[in-house]
Amino acid sequence: MALVELENIVKRFPIGIQQGTKGSRYFTALNDISVQIDKGELCAFIGPSGSGKTTLLNIIGSLDAPSEGSATVLGNKVEKLNERQGALLRSKHMGFIFQTYNLLPVYTVYENVEFPLLILNMSEMERNRKVMDALDWVKLTDKKNSRPNQLSGGQSQRVAIARAIVKKPELVLADEPTANLDAENSYNILDTMVMLNKDLETTFIFSTHDEKVIKYLRRKIYLMDGKIVKDERVTT
Amino acid sequence: MFNDHNVTYLNNERKHMLELKLAYRNLVGAKLRTVLNVGILSFIYVLIIWHQSLFNGMYGQASQFMIKDDIGGGQYWFEKYDPYDLSLIDDIHGKIPEEIEHLIQHKQAAPILIRPASFFPKGRIQSVLLKGIEPEQTILDIPTTKLGEESGYLPIMVGRLMAKKNFLQDGDTFTIQWRDANGTFDAVEGKIVEIMNSFVPAIDKGQMWVSLDKLQKMSVLEDEATIIVVGKNVKNQKDLSYWTFRNPEYLLQEVTAIVSSKRGGSIVLYMILLFLAMLAIFDTQVLSIFRRRKEIGTLMALGMVRSRIIKLFTLEGALNGILGMMLASLYGAPLLILSEKHGIPLPFKAENAGMALTPRLYSEYSAGLILGTILIVLLTVTFVSYLPSRKISGVNPTEALRGKIS
Repeated sequence: MALVELENIVKRFPIGIQQGTKGSRYFTALNDISVQIDKGELCAFIGPSGSGKTTLLNIIGSLDAPSEGSATVLGNKVEKLNERQGALLRSKHMGFIFQTYNLLPVYTVYENVEFPLLILNMSEMERNRKVMDALDWVKLTDKKNSRPNQLSGGQSQRVAIARAIVKKPELVLADEPTANLDAENSYNILDTMVMLNKDLETTFIFSTHDEKVIKYLRRKIYLMDGKIVKDERVTT
Repeated sequence: MFNDHNVTYLNNERKHMLELKLAYRNLVGAKLRTVLNVGILSFIYVLIIWHQSLFNGMYGQASQFMIKDDIGGGQYWFEKYDPYDLSLIDDIHGKIPEEIEHLIQHKQAAPILIRPASFFPKGRIQSVLLKGIEPEQTILDIPTTKLGEESGYLPIMVGRLMAKKNFLQDGDTFTIQWRDANGTFDAVEGKIVEIMNSFVPAIDKGQMWVSLDKLQKMSVLEDEATIIVVGKNVKNQKDLSYWTFRNPEYLLQEVTAIVSSKRGGSIVLYMILLFLAMLAIFDTQVLSIFRRRKEIGTLMALGMVRSRIIKLFTLEGALNGILGMMLASLYGAPLLILSEKHGIPLPFKAENAGMALTPRLYSEYSAGLILGTILIVLLTVTFVSYLPSRKISGVNPTEALRGKIS
């Protein structure tokens, strides 16, 4: 069974009242998307701004529901999940990496990485072990007491990666993870994610239009105007 | 279906610590905003507790003095006796009831006869009430012993206010004129043998204290009294024929009313201060939620439900109240203790207060006052913090992550 199954996904957003009628106007961000993603894949939704990449990622991440169609993630139909069920799915089985890192500024690096484990009510001993493992993976153990405002962009994103994988989730969703990074940092980040994908068998799904990222991917799903125009697997 | 990890899950206590820690960190991170909010709240705590303690002290002092020097454990009033209308005092006297005699004999009650008179200090004429009381009485804490002295003069005790107003001193003599029960006028030379230092205007102004025995003889009213004061240990007194029992609560109702009215006025002040502080907290919360909308989206993405995020922001606001309380105890406690021990000078003359007060007012605290104030402020702060936090329940995580909040 696939980790992620999207069937005929349509997503519309209201953009105001249609003049001369009683109805609202809608913008169709996703138009009949169907795709399956298996465990262990390192893939991305690729396309220009407005192609629907982030919207698709949000639906897979149960942060949003499709207007039509069905999105099954880790055996759960996203459109049928209530708030608590969605939160539980994310807290236990998913990690998120954002373009702007989204670290908690009042917490140290250690505490930022620890945060998802606190939501899971894990014991202190267990948390400590997992956090140090995660920081070791991203090679930031020496920065564990630093605050986010003391880190570089690359370091911040590595902390975000550590936070995303600290609980060893089945699925990590990364929305333009290299958009705010220079080339060197971008390659470092990508190397790290490739390593984690291989070592932890975590499925990574990106949204990107960065050529540097595309070179690392084993599967590239191209989007244009809310539709999949190409689904390319790279054979190695 | 889900591949659960081999982890240990603990109870909800740890959940609350997460919100508390994050809330505390965010408060500390806000620096000046937090300092101002916490500072204002601490000031409100101290002000309300101190101000109310002064009213407690006012009531405590006045009631204590009145019970000690005037009310005792309650009073029997002869019919038609009204301390606020003494126009008929001439006729208000009656035989001491037999039911009270045994109390008097066991020094558990003190009869007082009240008669109108005039006195002539230094050639002037002044109206006065003569109050006759047994010199050996122990019910009221006033120095009546010297009233039993035998000399060519009528021994008289006055209060310090009476002495001050009429320029009387210890040893002064003057003529006193009165009318006895048969309507006959008579006069005697009186001599000040004691100036009592009481703070109770009700036993001082316009009054002179003499021996009961002597006043009864002067007035031809043997075995009669106008009021009878019972001791504090005498309980369960009931009305008798012609005599109505007034308990201490009744006799203190004027003091109670005065203090209540002053308290009522001060509550308006507290409400205004509290309102201003709550406005500051509310604005801080609104700003905080707006500035941290991306963080709210991130918390949702990490698996926090909306209700928990609402709790987090509410707790942050409420923590201002807790930190305010801690700051208040730091600088407020020494001030409050000082006020209790040394008091503050009254801004007006104590005798003009209309109640029994010393020139210094001392604070009186109670657990109820302190806990009640803390509870009111904390509850208000929490509620005001919750109001804007409710908005989070309608937040769309995808919009919040983009930095939008509807």
